[in-house]
Amino acid sequence: MSFSSKEIWKEFTKNNIALMGMGIIAVLLCMSVAAFVAIPAYTFREWNDPASWLVYPKSALPAWVNYFLPQKIPEHLILKPQEFHQESGNLYVVTDVFVTDYKYDSFPSDFIYSYTAKYSGSPLVQLSVIRPDGISSILMSASLPASAEEATFQGMMFSTDNSVRKNVQNNIAFLFPTDSIPSQDLVFSDLAKNNVLKGNYVFKVTLYSVSGKAALDQSQFVLGGKVYGLMGTDELRRDLAVGILWGTPLALFIGITVSIGSVVLGLVYGVFAGFKGRTTDEVMMRFNDVIYAMPALPLLIILAVTIGNSIFLIVGFLVVFGWVGIAKVSRSMAMQIKTLQYIEASKLMGQKDFKIIFKHVLPQLLPYAFASIAISVPAAITTEAGLSFLGLVDPTFPTWGQILHDASVYGAAERGLWWWILPPGIMIAITGLAFVFIGHAMDSIVNPKLRR
Amino acid sequence: MGFKKYLVKRAITMFGVLMATLLITVALVGSNMDAILKQNVSLEMRQQVTNNKNLVSSFKTPEQLDAYVQNQIKQRIVALGLDQPWYTPQRLGLSMYKILTLDFGHAKFLTSDTGSSAVKDIILEKLPRTILLFTTATAIVSLVGILIGAVAASKVNSKIDKITSGFAIISSSFPVWWVGLIMIFLFAFVYPIFPARATPEISPADPGYLLSLLYHMTLPLITLVLIGFGSWAYLVRNFLVGVLQEDFIMAKRAAGVDEKKILYRHALKNAAPPIVTVLALSLSGSLGGAIITEAVFDWPGMGRLYYEAISVLDLPVIIGATYVLTAFFLVSIFLADLLYGYFDPRVRRQ
Repeated sequence: MSFSSKEIWKEFTKNNIALMGMGIIAVLLCMSVAAFVAIPAYTFREWNDPASWLVYPKSALPAWVNYFLPQKIPEHLILKPQEFHQESGNLYVVTDVFVTDYKYDSFPSDFIYSYTAKYSGSPLVQLSVIRPDGISSILMSASLPASAEEATFQGMMFSTDNSVRKNVQNNIAFLFPTDSIPSQDLVFSDLAKNNVLKGNYVFKVTLYSVSGKAALDQSQFVLGGKVYGLMGTDELRRDLAVGILWGTPLALFIGITVSIGSVVLGLVYGVFAGFKGRTTDEVMMRFNDVIYAMPALPLLIILAVTIGNSIFLIVGFLVVFGWVGIAKVSRSMAMQIKTLQYIEASKLMGQKDFKIIFKHVLPQLLPYAFASIAISVPAAITTEAGLSFLGLVDPTFPTWGQILHDASVYGAAERGLWWWILPPGIMIAITGLAFVFIGHAMDSIVNPKLRR
Repeated sequence: MGFKKYLVKRAITMFGVLMATLLITVALVGSNMDAILKQNVSLEMRQQVTNNKNLVSSFKTPEQLDAYVQNQIKQRIVALGLDQPWYTPQRLGLSMYKILTLDFGHAKFLTSDTGSSAVKDIILEKLPRTILLFTTATAIVSLVGILIGAVAASKVNSKIDKITSGFAIISSSFPVWWVGLIMIFLFAFVYPIFPARATPEISPADPGYLLSLLYHMTLPLITLVLIGFGSWAYLVRNFLVGVLQEDFIMAKRAAGVDEKKILYRHALKNAAPPIVTVLALSLSGSLGGAIITEAVFDWPGMGRLYYEAISVLDLPVIIGATYVLTAFFLVSIFLADLLYGYFDPRVRRQ
């Protein structure tokens, strides 16, 4: 049962299933790299901070559902401005322009403009719209609090503000009664009937300052909709695409660390017991039996509750229950190898047990070790996901199980929020499958019993 | 080594496991447990003293009364042995003895449906429901699995065989509880056939309770079967394929015995020992998994009890439930050993 690593690799690359597994893992690794590059590590904290998700919609469907619907649902848009400056005499004007092509079949739920102004004196901020039919209207204006020195002011303009509706009613001649209609429905409405007027809308924010330069920072225009992004958002307004992306490196880390940890521990333990034999073997194997027969999940839960729930601790706990099976198999393998002549020879030469184990026995078991690492990854991932799902793991990190935990807390299944439930579970399964494929392929290569 | 000796050895190991699990549990929750017990004692004593009007009126100042109560509490704590930490051999022995004799004490927050707070009552109420759900599921899964597995084994490399293997690998890589969520989405939201929460609304005293319970059980049952039978069929298929290659099957074939008879009567019988062992093991495994599955479906069994006890840190219930879960787990492992010996005479005679 000895193979050169070249031989194994050659057979491995011929195996379609193994290649499929490798392909999936390559994709997952790319996703992890993307997560690290696109999202710096410290922003992990933002996942549970409601303040960082304020401008996102609540429980919005993924945007691509519009491709399958005859009636296009308005997309939630977070618009960034094009900025213009103008100076004439002592009047300084900053203009932020937001353009959107509105092609949906129902009205946006609202719109919010938020900004941070840097100014001195008491400038005026004005929000206006130019509709596709050429009609323009002031929506709202506000004068910033007077200040003799340089000041900053954070402000927001809401479509729900009463002045927005009054301005629209005054400036646009609708042919239908407008009194009970919310302002965003008027802004985006056809003149004759209260239907959506599709086309290019230009929202213009103008800041007029007569006492020196002024600037609009962090200016953004949020058009409220019911679909958002690649994967939608959850009840807490979090972008699920970000959660799924962040979950990938975490799942890989947990799965691979746990499986490598348990395989190395089990291998060394089993080989040592098998090689030593007699009382050492007996005692070690009885201990192994005890751990083997313990109900893992209840104990894992108690450990997580009483000792701690950080991800690293959970990884440790999973290793504690993960090594036993591997120890049993590697013990019996070591007992076979022990009887081989070259081992006896090195024993006679007076080599120390540890040296024999590490130099002559363990290398023989390496192919088996790699196969079992791959095979035990899925179990580690699902167990951790299960613990997260029960809400027992540190919630700062958005693992897939954590996302499903939140989904279950907010009753996503009963309320039909499928985009919140499906992707994390599918990701768990795909990741598991990839490792199962690789593990089985390796097993069939290195395990002589399965070779035909 | 004789089979009897082997069984005795196994039984001793099992008992050791039970003790070790309990010891770990007690060790992990011990210090919290002490705090709770002490709190209970002081509450109890305070109540006793304040209820005794004569005693209260015999004190002149509230400080004296307080001192008296404190003294009483101290005495009681010493009498109960709570002054020593939980890890002294005496205390540890006592608490283990209590657990062994099923004396779990009273729950801190949780009660049974009938309102009893004795941990024993709570567990006795929840246990049958878990057994009902998981044994039914395991029975259906094994039956369906054996049938499909046998068909797949009789036509190796056929379409059915490949579909079975593929389904087994895919279905076993989804977490059961996630499939549960999907089932709730499909059959409680899209097609509202079954209730999303598996706890019946009517009280257990109602005559229609059992019927309602069975109706609420359908969705978790379907989920468990759906996720379970694939890997079962695959397992049975692999065992059977091994047996079907053996000489005595060839001999039967040569003698012209009907192929179906060979498969179901001779091959299946010889594949029985490993199948039965795995059956018993999978039953115990599903009991451990019950915690998450029951939490998803809100099935009022041991798993959900355990989950609830953990979330409010109701220690007596945690210890009691761990004991019962572990005991069931071990009994089924032991049963697997026994059955193996029963089905495979070679093990007995060795």
